[in-house]
Amino acid sequence: MAHPSTLAQPAPQEATEQKGLMKVIMASSVGTLIEWYDFYIYGAMAVIIAKQFFPQDNPTAAFLAALATFAAGFVVRPFGALVFGRIGDLIGRKYTFLLTLLLMGGSTFAIGLVPGYAKIGIWAPIIILLLRFVQGLALGGEYGGAATYVAEHSPQGRRGYFTAYIQTTATLGFFLSLGVILTVRQTLGVESFNEWGWRIPFIVSIFLIAISVYIRLKMAESPLFAKIKKEGKVSSNPLKESFANKRNLKMVLLALFAAVMGQGVVWYTGQFYAQTFIERTMSVEFEQVRYILCISILLATPFFLVFGAWSDKIGRKSIMLGGMLLAILTYRPIYKAMYSYSDPGLKTEIAEKSSTGTAVSVNAAGDSTLTTTTVKAYTDGSTLKTVKKEVKLANASQPAPKAETTKTLWLSSGGFWMIMFLIFIQIVYVTMVYGPIAAFLVELFPTRIRYTSMSLPYHIGNGIFGGLTPFIATRLFDASKTAENPSGDPYVGLWYPILIAGVCFIIGLLYLPNKNDENVMD
Amino acid sequence: MEIIKRLSGFLWIALGVAAIYMMLQQMNTEVNAAIAANKAVLDTQMFWYIIIPIFTPIMIGLCLFGWYAWKGEYGEIPRDSAHL
Repeated sequence: MAHPSTLAQPAPQEATEQKGLMKVIMASSVGTLIEWYDFYIYGAMAVIIAKQFFPQDNPTAAFLAALATFAAGFVVRPFGALVFGRIGDLIGRKYTFLLTLLLMGGSTFAIGLVPGYAKIGIWAPIIILLLRFVQGLALGGEYGGAATYVAEHSPQGRRGYFTAYIQTTATLGFFLSLGVILTVRQTLGVESFNEWGWRIPFIVSIFLIAISVYIRLKMAESPLFAKIKKEGKVSSNPLKESFANKRNLKMVLLALFAAVMGQGVVWYTGQFYAQTFIERTMSVEFEQVRYILCISILLATPFFLVFGAWSDKIGRKSIMLGGMLLAILTYRPIYKAMYSYSDPGLKTEIAEKSSTGTAVSVNAAGDSTLTTTTVKAYTDGSTLKTVKKEVKLANASQPAPKAETTKTLWLSSGGFWMIMFLIFIQIVYVTMVYGPIAAFLVELFPTRIRYTSMSLPYHIGNGIFGGLTPFIATRLFDASKTAENPSGDPYVGLWYPILIAGVCFIIGLLYLPNKNDENVMD
Repeated sequence: MEIIKRLSGFLWIALGVAAIYMMLQQMNTEVNAAIAANKAVLDTQMFWYIIIPIFTPIMIGLCLFGWYAWKGEYGEIPRDSAHL
């Protein structure tokens, strides 16, 4: 009779296989994480980059700024999915996502070196735009390759769990970008960071990429792709097979409208719109916002693995749709609870701790600026600082610029942890919709066209439907500001993710099978 | 269930068409309002000139999805790649 302890241990061969698989996962995940890091640092420093490269007084530069923000994130990613998906299905997974890694790392490093608009004029925004395009293309090709590669190594029945490691990379890449930016900013000080220190997170990328390329070079080709290549079954035209073949096209459409579209909006609402909301709508202080996000992400990340593994047991559909349903039902109460920590109507001011001060400065042209600073302390422990700047021009015949008001809210300890908890809940929803989706997509398509077929719906759903969430939601909020209600409806932006996730939930409920074809060997 | 799947195909087609129509109408309203107010015309146009070419093909895809649903193509989801 076997000793009980030996029963709990995997057999030696199984343990070796598991160790090999973990190496594959780590090698793939590190590269994907770095690609996400590279992609997010641009977004995280968009304000500084805009000042350096896209001056608002130059209409062409402002136009390029908008193009860089939209095009790379939303338009170019699906094209990257098509270009690199095709290459991945023609020549193999390993070299394709090695190429995407090099492109991403090279372009990120180069962004850190481009001279500003003040030095090279209009070439600065043009170069940045081109590099951002390359970033978008590379990201479009990376994810599908990494997910496919890991899935094709994973045993049946545990594919959800193992591909969930790849799913953690997008969130961890975001976390890493926040962490590096916070560290550099705190080390150098705000002024130096805004002047030149912002380049460091971009330049650092080259070292991360070098390590990742070294690791990936040592990896072998996916066994399933190697097998079909040996048998001469590689697709000669993956794009045609994926999208011109009605049987496969309808699966691409199903993947997009029944799963990835809803996943995209839940993903971007939980992390990016939540950040936009607490930073812009609630005016929470810069570093507090980043700490809240970092802690929430760290605590929620293990749930990717939990839901990935659970989807192996109960199916992908129920978990993904469960996450969407929870998001649809609870987004508004969650955001109302968050907003209550910044709503002055719900707070009691401590008059003796509040203060107001004014300062006047005059520039060489004789224009004077009146700065009024008001600090209000509240009984809940929070503090609100309002700075109003009014410019009076020396030439009275010219119209005076509009007064600028900036607000900064320092949350109390209780408010900080409560908002952190509310964002943590939203990221748990993200883990529900995103954790099982790589396995779901991989199982939907055959090996010969898997890279191409799964990459396109993923990047349309995630990049376009998801990526637009913060922008559309903020636009809806701005549109709700009227003469009768100048502060607008802070929750109106939530209708976009709720509506998209709602449509996706209904389509998924009606048309998705709970279990896909678990045999990915075909 | 099969009937619901097929009939709701019409809903997805209608949703796709309505979304395209609403985007075009909204663009028209916003651009005209920006021109009338003489502010941020470029930003407004820029947004819609990017959004419409991106979303229109996706919404056509939704119509196609609805058409396939109406034709009963999603009655049986292939269980293995041999049926793709």
